[in-house]
Amino acid sequence: MLLPAASITCGFLVGAVAIIAAGADPLQAYSALFAGAFTNNNAFAETLVSTTPYVLLGLGLALGFRAGLFNIGAEGQFYIGGLAGVFVAYSVHGLPAFVELPLALLCGVAGGFLWAAIPGFLKARFGAHEVITTIMLNYVSFLVASYLIDTPGLMLAPHVSTPKTPEIDPGAALPIIVPGSRLHLGLILALLAVPLVWFLIERTTIGFRIRAVGFNPGAARAAGISVGRTIVLTMGLSGALAGAAGIVQVLGVSHHMTDTVAAGYGFDAIAIALLARSNPWGVLPAALLFGALHNGAGFMQLETQVSSDLISIVQASVIIFVAAPAIVRWVFRLREQPVETVQITQREVETPVG
Amino acid sequence: MDLDVEWGQVHALLGENGAGKSTLMNVVYGLVSPDSGEILFDGRPVQINGPQDAIRLGVGMVHQHFMLIPPLTVAENIVLGHEIAKAGVVDLERSYRTVSELSTRYGLEVDPKQRIQDLSVGVQQRVEILKALYRGARLLILDEPTAVLTPQEIEGLFDIVRALTAAGNAVIFITHKLAEVIEIADAITVMRRGKVVGVTTPAESKPADLARMMVGRPVLLRVEKAPAKPGPEVLRVEELVVQDDRRQVTVDQVSLAVRAGEILGVAGVEGNGQNELVEAIVGLRPARSGQVLLEGKEITRRPTRDRLRQGVGLIPADRQRQGLILELPIADNVILSDYDRAPYQRWLVRQFKAIREAAQRLVETFDIRTRSVDDPAGSLSGGNQQKLVVARELGTAPKVLVASQPTRGVDVGSIEFIHRRLVAERDAGLAVLLVSSELDEILSLADRVAVLYRGRIVAVLDAAEVEREHIGLLMAGAA
Repeated sequence: MLLPAASITCGFLVGAVAIIAAGADPLQAYSALFAGAFTNNNAFAETLVSTTPYVLLGLGLALGFRAGLFNIGAEGQFYIGGLAGVFVAYSVHGLPAFVELPLALLCGVAGGFLWAAIPGFLKARFGAHEVITTIMLNYVSFLVASYLIDTPGLMLAPHVSTPKTPEIDPGAALPIIVPGSRLHLGLILALLAVPLVWFLIERTTIGFRIRAVGFNPGAARAAGISVGRTIVLTMGLSGALAGAAGIVQVLGVSHHMTDTVAAGYGFDAIAIALLARSNPWGVLPAALLFGALHNGAGFMQLETQVSSDLISIVQASVIIFVAAPAIVRWVFRLREQPVETVQITQREVETPVG
Repeated sequence: MDLDVEWGQVHALLGENGAGKSTLMNVVYGLVSPDSGEILFDGRPVQINGPQDAIRLGVGMVHQHFMLIPPLTVAENIVLGHEIAKAGVVDLERSYRTVSELSTRYGLEVDPKQRIQDLSVGVQQRVEILKALYRGARLLILDEPTAVLTPQEIEGLFDIVRALTAAGNAVIFITHKLAEVIEIADAITVMRRGKVVGVTTPAESKPADLARMMVGRPVLLRVEKAPAKPGPEVLRVEELVVQDDRRQVTVDQVSLAVRAGEILGVAGVEGNGQNELVEAIVGLRPARSGQVLLEGKEITRRPTRDRLRQGVGLIPADRQRQGLILELPIADNVILSDYDRAPYQRWLVRQFKAIREAAQRLVETFDIRTRSVDDPAGSLSGGNQQKLVVARELGTAPKVLVASQPTRGVDVGSIEFIHRRLVAERDAGLAVLLVSSELDEILSLADRVAVLYRGRIVAVLDAAEVEREHIGLLMAGAA
């Protein structure tokens, strides 16, 4: 707990230096950031709107980390999940909402699962490193999305000035839970996913397999656990959560998709999972932090003329400090912690026998 | 602790794994700095802050795992770091000459132009020693130098060591093998738990005394066992061909059979195909051709999981890489291959009560010293980690146990325990395939001995008729 908190503090300190360098007052800027994220009218609800996809994506990344997999493709899986789900959500009409909504969600989740299972398979079968393949598949997914959305007769809505998909059927939309805001049911779904993923990792045989492979693939293999299958499954589940984030965003907020690349949620999620040290419960506060930064940045810019890009500096420094705990320990004179839970290492995967 | 080494002497540093031998030598070599105390060299106190200082003083160290660069030649490896250069370019011709002269002077035969990767382990070790001598070493530290050598190569090393000390140099010989100490040492220092527990000479002490000093209690050096009463054949390997990771054939047409109630020992110098053979038998590595049969049923293409469930047990050679997941609790390691079977799971949910109970039982039966089965396996000592692996594999009541280096890096007490356990299981009808590079282990446990050399079984002998010398020659491919 101490180390992530210290890393965040360091991140804000670095941000403050940047603000001073830009000729503004960091205290003023940060208080505007805080107001924009929490205390302004409706600000907190908006922060939670931003937090929702972060929670799901962060869980997906954390799950991958537990198997020693670095899924950089969350951004693409987010997109594919959104595409798969939005297609269903604007195509179906007249079904009851309790059928339409789960169906659309399910398609989004399945889209993310299958898309992420591809790099999982490539790693398990051929030893292709998932960092490389997921990055490449990000580009593929962006281009697939813009092709589908820009092409008449595919997913392009008729008679629109900027390319986008048709609006979803109202029955498939996630209902608003705080009247007068944009806060939708997706937040509840994301909150439910936290204990679910925790249970999966810590209490089920699937989670045991994932952790065994993450800690020591050699010993897992010698004990008869199929490392390859576990990698495919874990990547799939990681992508399923990213896909869920994508479709929840569509059904809850935008109600359609455009061909512009997503807001980088999938990359922020890497930082969230690192900050959470791959613990599902830790994802919650980390996602809230990123949601707040995301949401408060605009008001900060409006009030103090400090560019909203500043939060990228804060986020980036937080990641650096999380990744380099030695610096933070030195700054805060913290003692070495013997057990590190996050493991991101390059591992060889031998092809399965038979 | 104190240690006195004299010029012209072989000083043996004897102790179990973890007794502090290597730490002490790393202090002398400057890799670790001491908390207190001082080092005197030629009677003068010296500060050794790094290997550079040690080398300057004339201290050389040959590590257990060689520090050589395989694609480079012998001469290149030897001069590395102190190259003979002309205008910034390495003068290879002069390097070759220098190394040749050095090797003749000390009687350490090497070809300076050969690449390290083409040399046997024994010759590689000679290169390591030459490297130290090239840097001007007069005090040579050898860390477990015999671990990877054949008996004949060990004799060769001893000749070298004797020649070095006869020329006035000093050698510190780190080992845990008693027979070697008696043969080569002039003085012996025995360590236990970071302390010197005895200083003696080979003339004054018998192996049993040294063992007692090393362990702190009387030790049974030989395993007591009744003659085997072999039953039906359990495991059969038929003309098995296996490749290593570089696609070289490392197991070549190997055939062997293990019967219930017997221990078949596979002797051989490490790296002669043992690992690949074991991995192919348990399904961790595909067989290129040939068959593996369990009770007459072919399992050659079955996944590891099926083989384990059909009654194959595996004690892997490397417990930290393949045997245990050190980060996970002891209890989880106990059910590592049975994690998805009843009663350890119901509806995919793990049943921690059943898991803990099973672990508790094994921990007690196998005398694994731990506070709780919830502690990570990594918190156990090496010996207890190995006992945990043995406990798990025997706990599933296998039909055949493939035990690869079952006592490597384990304290004498645990070795005794594991050996007795293996013999007891044999007497109860288990078929055991024991793969070990410790010839003593093979000779004291096995009922029959197969010798593996360059991936081939060169002989299968009855243990009662085996002569040490003869096996040594077979292991070296000389018979």
